[in-house]
Amino acid sequence: MHLDHTHDRHAAAAVGADARRADGSRRALRIGLGGPVGSGKTATVAALCRTLRDELSLAVVTNDIYTREDAEFLLREAVLPPERITAVETGACPHTAIRDDISANLEAVEDLEDEVGPLDLILVESGGDNLTATFSKGLVDAQIFVIDVAGGDDIPRKGGPGVTTADLLVVNKTDLAPYVGSDLARMAADAKAQRAELPVVFQSLRSEGGVQDVAAWVRAQFAAWTA
Amino acid sequence: MTRAALLVLADGRFPAGGHAHSGGAEEAVGAGRITGATSLEAFLRGRLHTTGLVTAALAAAAAAGGDPAELDAAADARTPSPALRLTARKLGRQLMRAARAAWPSTELDALAREFPKGAHQPVVLGLTARAAGLGAADAAYCSVYESVSGPATAVVRLLSLDPFEATAVLARLAPELDRVVDRAVVAGSAVATAGVDALPAASAPLLEIGAEVHAAWPVRLFAS
Amino acid sequence: MSGVHATARIGARYDGRGGTSLPVLESDGPLALRRTRGTAGEARVMLVGAMSGPLGGDRFAVEADVGNGARLQVGSAAATIALPGQAKDEAHYDVRLTVADGGELRWLPEQLISAKGSDLFVTTRAALGADARLVLREEQVLGRVGEEPGRLTSRLTVRVAGRVVLDQELACGPGAPGGWDGPAVLAEYRAVGQLVVVRPEFRETPAEARNIGEHARVMPLAGPAALVTAVAPDALRLRRALDEALADVDIR
Repeated sequence: MHLDHTHDRHAAAAVGADARRADGSRRALRIGLGGPVGSGKTATVAALCRTLRDELSLAVVTNDIYTREDAEFLLREAVLPPERITAVETGACPHTAIRDDISANLEAVEDLEDEVGPLDLILVESGGDNLTATFSKGLVDAQIFVIDVAGGDDIPRKGGPGVTTADLLVVNKTDLAPYVGSDLARMAADAKAQRAELPVVFQSLRSEGGVQDVAAWVRAQFAAWTA
Repeated sequence: MTRAALLVLADGRFPAGGHAHSGGAEEAVGAGRITGATSLEAFLRGRLHTTGLVTAALAAAAAAGGDPAELDAAADARTPSPALRLTARKLGRQLMRAARAAWPSTELDALAREFPKGAHQPVVLGLTARAAGLGAADAAYCSVYESVSGPATAVVRLLSLDPFEATAVLARLAPELDRVVDRAVVAGSAVATAGVDALPAASAPLLEIGAEVHAAWPVRLFAS
Repeated sequence: MSGVHATARIGARYDGRGGTSLPVLESDGPLALRRTRGTAGEARVMLVGAMSGPLGGDRFAVEADVGNGARLQVGSAAATIALPGQAKDEAHYDVRLTVADGGELRWLPEQLISAKGSDLFVTTRAALGADARLVLREEQVLGRVGEEPGRLTSRLTVRVAGRVVLDQELACGPGAPGGWDGPAVLAEYRAVGQLVVVRPEFRETPAEARNIGEHARVMPLAGPAALVTAVAPDALRLRRALDEALADVDIR
């Protein structure tokens, strides 16, 4: 008889962000990417997928304001097979879905591991939100906050939880700095003041190095995760 | 038992995934059937006496110790829209995660094992109430309140409706919520002797049709 | 005791020669049954309302029982109109359908019209064997043209092999719980219909969820069955939508 639910052999999902899956195997490393609208989160995710997909088993969860826009972009760019990209609806509030009520996102990452796993890395992208949006530690193991030079070179100075506490701060679109009058040295100094020893990467996806510095940081996170 | 557990469970910030669901309000707003506080109130009243009553009775029956698998099948039979069945199971699974963290219980563990993709949300809600030391009426209150508060919040976001107006609508509905809870508890406790056929089956054609239409929207803010 | 109590019965059996016989065809009071010309293998029965009704206080029932290998189609000669009676009591109309494994029933009556001041409870219960087939149509029209409706409460339950695959109740009109004419339930629509299709093939290949026109939807149920739910401004447009849906589901 056709039923909507399946009584399969899988044990029940774990309650929180345990490092082990229900069957005892190690789950994928989860890295969150947040930051203001238009700072280049989705482009960074796409570039990371292209760079890492041959060495790691990857999947992406998007949290968009409108259901599937970021997911559609990733699908169009064909950075991963479609079954490795899941869009989570957020009821107009991505920051709620990545921080206050992470249940839909936890379900999405677990479903990806069940359906296309085993996975090494899941990138969880937040829809463009505000400077206070951070990921819950119950959802991700590390988070990247992406800002860009065109958003104003005073963002690092203003701080906010994303800028101050993210495990990696990415200052994107450095190629635009001369055109928008942003002072990269000042941004670097302000970021250092806000973040002390936490790392900062300045990148331009259009220039030669592209996403390599961020990819190297992700590789290091993965090495620590599997150590 | 602690009465305050009811406040924890009924809190709109209880992390069980509800914030991303509009209970059909997004489709009704899109179709022009909800345009302000008056039509919101009519929408919520219709929802309360149909799906609100049914889910509350299911939750009450589960809280009273009814067989979860039978109640889950009864929920399926009362939910013809496949989109709504899927939503109910997703929300059930999400509630299960929060419930097991908040009130660990062997009954919840057993239900999670039996329905790895999620049981219907009101069934999980009833067992959660049990695990929290709450009764059938508490479970029914949680369920009916959720059935109107979720869409009300969604309409505040969708129409930029004055939040004071939306809250006043909920306050006006409160006496009707009480009456629906009474009916739900009577029906839910009748399951023990008369079986699941004693549960109400009140349906809302536009919520069912609308849920299917909404599920096919390419772009939406809410999951349902 | 007030009102008319009447129960009509139909029994359909395979006749052993590729056809269907009707060993039971019992009319009762206002519920008159006529056998009409069928097709090869299928018997047809027409329910002829000899009196208008049901009125307040009446209790009508129709029972149809279809045996293994038998095929029955039941229609009605005209719409049924629920009217207020002398008695203030509610009226009841019960339909009991049973279809054995290998049997087929097509239950396609005309509309039920809820006239102003009426108060009718309709209960339709179908119990099917695991491999039985059913097409069942119900249409409720709320009020005659330009008239406000009476109170109508209609519950439809379908069991297949003992398991309930559909249990739905619709309550509308004055005295029904609030919000029935609001944006969650019927809004401005005054005609609402259900079409239930049960067939064993749906176990392997469930019906596909899809839209038929603006306000009709084919929905696969949790079981070997599908439901078409439709709302429309009037009876004519409702029938058009359900006919289209039936043709669409029937091809499969």
